[in-house]
Amino acid sequence: MNFNLTFIGQMIAFAIFVWLTMRYVWAPITKAMAERQKQIADGLSAADRAARDLELAQEKASQELRTAKQQSAEIVEMANKRSNQIIDEAKHQARIEGERLIAAAKSEIEQERNRAKEALRAEVAALAIAGAEKILETSVDAKAHSDMLEKLAAKL
Amino acid sequence: MAGETLTSAEYIHHHLTNLTFGKLPAHTRPGQDQAVWTMAHNSNEAGAMGFWAVHLDMMGWSLVLGLIFFALFRTVARNVTSGVPRGLQNFAEIIVDFVQDNVKNMFPYKNVMVAPMALTILVWVFLMNFMDLIAVDLLPWVAKLVGVHLMGAEPHQVFFKVVPSTDPNVTLGMAFDVFLLILFYSVREKGLGGFIGELSLHPFSSKNILLQIVFIPINLVLELVNLIAKPVSLGLRLFGNMYAGEMIFILIALMYSGGIVLGVFGGALQIVWGFFHILIISLQAFIFMVLTIVYMAQAYDTGESH
Repeated sequence: MNFNLTFIGQMIAFAIFVWLTMRYVWAPITKAMAERQKQIADGLSAADRAARDLELAQEKASQELRTAKQQSAEIVEMANKRSNQIIDEAKHQARIEGERLIAAAKSEIEQERNRAKEALRAEVAALAIAGAEKILETSVDAKAHSDMLEKLAAKL
Repeated sequence: MAGETLTSAEYIHHHLTNLTFGKLPAHTRPGQDQAVWTMAHNSNEAGAMGFWAVHLDMMGWSLVLGLIFFALFRTVARNVTSGVPRGLQNFAEIIVDFVQDNVKNMFPYKNVMVAPMALTILVWVFLMNFMDLIAVDLLPWVAKLVGVHLMGAEPHQVFFKVVPSTDPNVTLGMAFDVFLLILFYSVREKGLGGFIGELSLHPFSSKNILLQIVFIPINLVLELVNLIAKPVSLGLRLFGNMYAGEMIFILIALMYSGGIVLGVFGGALQIVWGFFHILIISLQAFIFMVLTIVYMAQAYDTGESH
């Protein structure tokens, strides 16, 4: 319990050990710990980011799905509308065509009739003359009776 | 009965004497004409050596424990990984983290030395204190065997204390290093004028110049006492606690010579006191560290107002 050189010795030893610890122990260990802390923090934030990304992706996917459904519905509706339109158009055209055919047929019939009338008229005149000749047994001056015959023909 | 008391006293005295190597003044031993460097044969000779002596046992254990501390942590530091820590690294990191937390809380300044110093103090002082838990007679007995049979010493001349922190030289040596650092950082952070101003302008100050001049010497005395008390209390607190603890171990060990009943009782007491002492040695190591950090922080603290 005497005060002696041990005091100085311990002072020196303490200083040396503090220096050794500072240089060879503290620096590497705390550096590794800080690095690990950073790694963990990075990992956690990456996980957070990934979770957020996933959420966003899911939201986007469901949105896409919704849009796709909507679009397909629109397309179906449009197709329906178009088909109806085509059918209508076809009906309309068919009707027009039908009417046109009927009209054409009617006018042809009319023409045929007129032609038949003309032919008939010409024949009636000849027949009338021939009949009259038979009846009279004389030749009829066609010229003299043509006025009367024409009047007759016009009446037909 | 008187003889037994004497042997008890001798036993205690023997346990409290260091293995001392020093410069023995002339005419201390019979037939010794000049001063010689030698081992002290008894506590009187150790006392006569005065300042020029070294406690080999204290110094030796102190260095051995310091080297154990350094080797342990150096092993970790060399194989340190920032990946998954294992085994020893976990253990070292718990301690380093604990020290780092304490330093961060109490020392909010930038300094690369305070934290490693705190770590050194915590572990080294703990190890030194821990020697107290090794059976009081075991290592001295080993030392006696080695001393007598290998070195040819007289049995009663082999002194061997094993707890470095029961030597005020050791504790005050560390405390004085801390004191030097307090002075160094105080002067570096506040300037010599600032440091002297801090010592002389607190706690009493006055706007009246004359009164202030009267206050300065009073402040100086108070603050100097305050300053000196830091290392002294730091060193003596550790020494006192450890010395008392060791003394109790020695006193309990005395019971072993008092028959079977007393011996068994003494054994139980050793265990109880040992458990209790675990708390003390950890606490004292922690307190030494904390106070060192606090003193460092005070040395750095510039704008303080009392």
